[in-house]
Amino acid sequence: MVRIDGRESNNSLIQVRNVEKLYHRGSETIRVLDGLNLDIEQGEFVAFMGPSGSGKTTLLNLLGGIDLPSSGSITVAGDEITHMSGPKLADWRARHVGFVFQLFNLIPVLTAFENVELPLLLTRLSAKERRQHVETVLALVALSDRMDHYPRQLSGGQEQRVAIARAIVTDPTFLLCDEPTGDLDRHSGNEIMDLLEELSSQHAKTILMVTHDPAAANRAHTVLHLDKGVLVEAGQGRQQ
Amino acid sequence: MTYQKFVLRNIGRKKTRMLLTMGSFAVALFLFGLLVAIQNAFYQGVDMAGADRLIVRHKTSMVMPLPYAYKEKIGRIPGIAAVQAGCWFGGVYKEPKNFFAQLALETEEFRRVYPEYLMPEEQWKAYLGDLQGCIVGRKLLKRFGWKLGDRIALRGTIYPGNWELNIRGVFENKKQEDDTGAMFLNYKYVDERSPIKGLVAWFIIKVEKPENALAVAKAIDGEFSGASFRTLTETEQAFQSDFVKRLGNIKLILMIIGGVVFLTLLLVTGSTMAMAIRERTGEIGVMKTLGFTDRQVLALLLSESMAFALIGGGLGLVLVKLFTLGGDPTGGMLRSFHLSPLNMLLGLAITLATGIGSGIVPALGAMRLSIVDAMRRV
Repeated sequence: MVRIDGRESNNSLIQVRNVEKLYHRGSETIRVLDGLNLDIEQGEFVAFMGPSGSGKTTLLNLLGGIDLPSSGSITVAGDEITHMSGPKLADWRARHVGFVFQLFNLIPVLTAFENVELPLLLTRLSAKERRQHVETVLALVALSDRMDHYPRQLSGGQEQRVAIARAIVTDPTFLLCDEPTGDLDRHSGNEIMDLLEELSSQHAKTILMVTHDPAAANRAHTVLHLDKGVLVEAGQGRQQ
Repeated sequence: MTYQKFVLRNIGRKKTRMLLTMGSFAVALFLFGLLVAIQNAFYQGVDMAGADRLIVRHKTSMVMPLPYAYKEKIGRIPGIAAVQAGCWFGGVYKEPKNFFAQLALETEEFRRVYPEYLMPEEQWKAYLGDLQGCIVGRKLLKRFGWKLGDRIALRGTIYPGNWELNIRGVFENKKQEDDTGAMFLNYKYVDERSPIKGLVAWFIIKVEKPENALAVAKAIDGEFSGASFRTLTETEQAFQSDFVKRLGNIKLILMIIGGVVFLTLLLVTGSTMAMAIRERTGEIGVMKTLGFTDRQVLALLLSESMAFALIGGGLGLVLVKLFTLGGDPTGGMLRSFHLSPLNMLLGLAITLATGIGSGIVPALGAMRLSIVDAMRRV
């Protein structure tokens, strides 16, 4: 279940309370997020839509612990991340968040296998255990036969699948996807959305996705609209 | 995958840049090695100098002689174990370009004064028993293709005439890198044929206890303070050092050259590293989103600049070591041209410091960069 009214809920995996984000440009103050409340339960697939500059990516950054709110609090799985220090927040990100970006952002000098293995270097897994994890997730994204390929040898859709494999290999608490189909053609975009749906429905992954694409948003359980830093509407996606 | 592999992949992402950067380190370290080997050659005498040896020479100048008769008076001063008279011979073997050091020394006290020279017992005996005998270092023997027992001729410059000598011994040095490119002949043979007899260039004193060396030196100079030939006694190290200083401040010149080379290297590689890191700002942001801490990012980037330095610099050091193993490239001017293991370690340390220096500023910038700012540059 997803709520934006700020009422207390015991089942929330992610709890956002009165979050504001202000940017200062010279003497001008820009309010990107304005007293935002949000509760998301485990296993939800949420799409955020809205015009450019509405604060979608900023919200995603705050939820992923890569930016801090000007005020308010964000709690994920019982951890309040808004007051965590840099190294602690980095450790928290490694354990709880999987990021998927519009431009895939794979490391070009590493193979698909090594790109997926990269976040596992931060764990205490042995080389053998890491290999098992990587092979499992590459099989899940149907790229077992491409694990030794470099990003430049893969299509855009395949690159994004590798990026998703990298995001889920540590079995994070939730996935943050920023326009995951934004740089793909319709066919590849559909494949990526199929994969995200599968992760949500069959593996109970909590997924938060920013998108401009109504068709992609429609695959989510819940669609939230952001406008001028405020969540103005909660709608139901096709799958709910 | 390991962190090491990740670092190596990153430094190899632009092959031309990698080769040029490593090449810069290799050239700089090769030059560093050459300069150190040259310095070693110049200061070899200073380094070899014994702490228990003093040199007595004319107070006014090194080129003015002392009477041989001083030997007996010096020998009576307490604290002295042995006194050996000697002079520079300065002969020419076939052609002036075949320069090598030739010292005429008294033979009786030789082994006591210079225990670092090693030679078989029978060769020592043969040397002592032959007025025309000489001993040569292993390098010198090899240089001219001589053999033990060969009779060779030198053309005298300070002591005119032709001088025939028998090679009675071939010496090694306890410290392998020290010079074995010199020849020692018998002072008595030189003095016998000299038109002015009874003069020496210096006395070499072996003191009983090194800690008494300065007191002994003072006593010697005091003994001759009122004589017509006044003496200046100093440690062998000071004597050798003074000798090198006459050529100019070699150390300073070499340090300036080396300093300029490394400063240039620092600027060039620093700019390369800045460019390499700036190009990867987005990737650095991605790594931070994956959970890499700021310090881990700093360590990875510094590892890259250190890898450049170590691989390139290491190659330069290996090449210069191989070059120095070939011996003196000047044919006699730099007799102890060598690189010691300590010199190699110093070279590695300088390389590493330059590697860190070239990467630290851009790596700190990447460390401090916020993820949001980094991701904007993707």
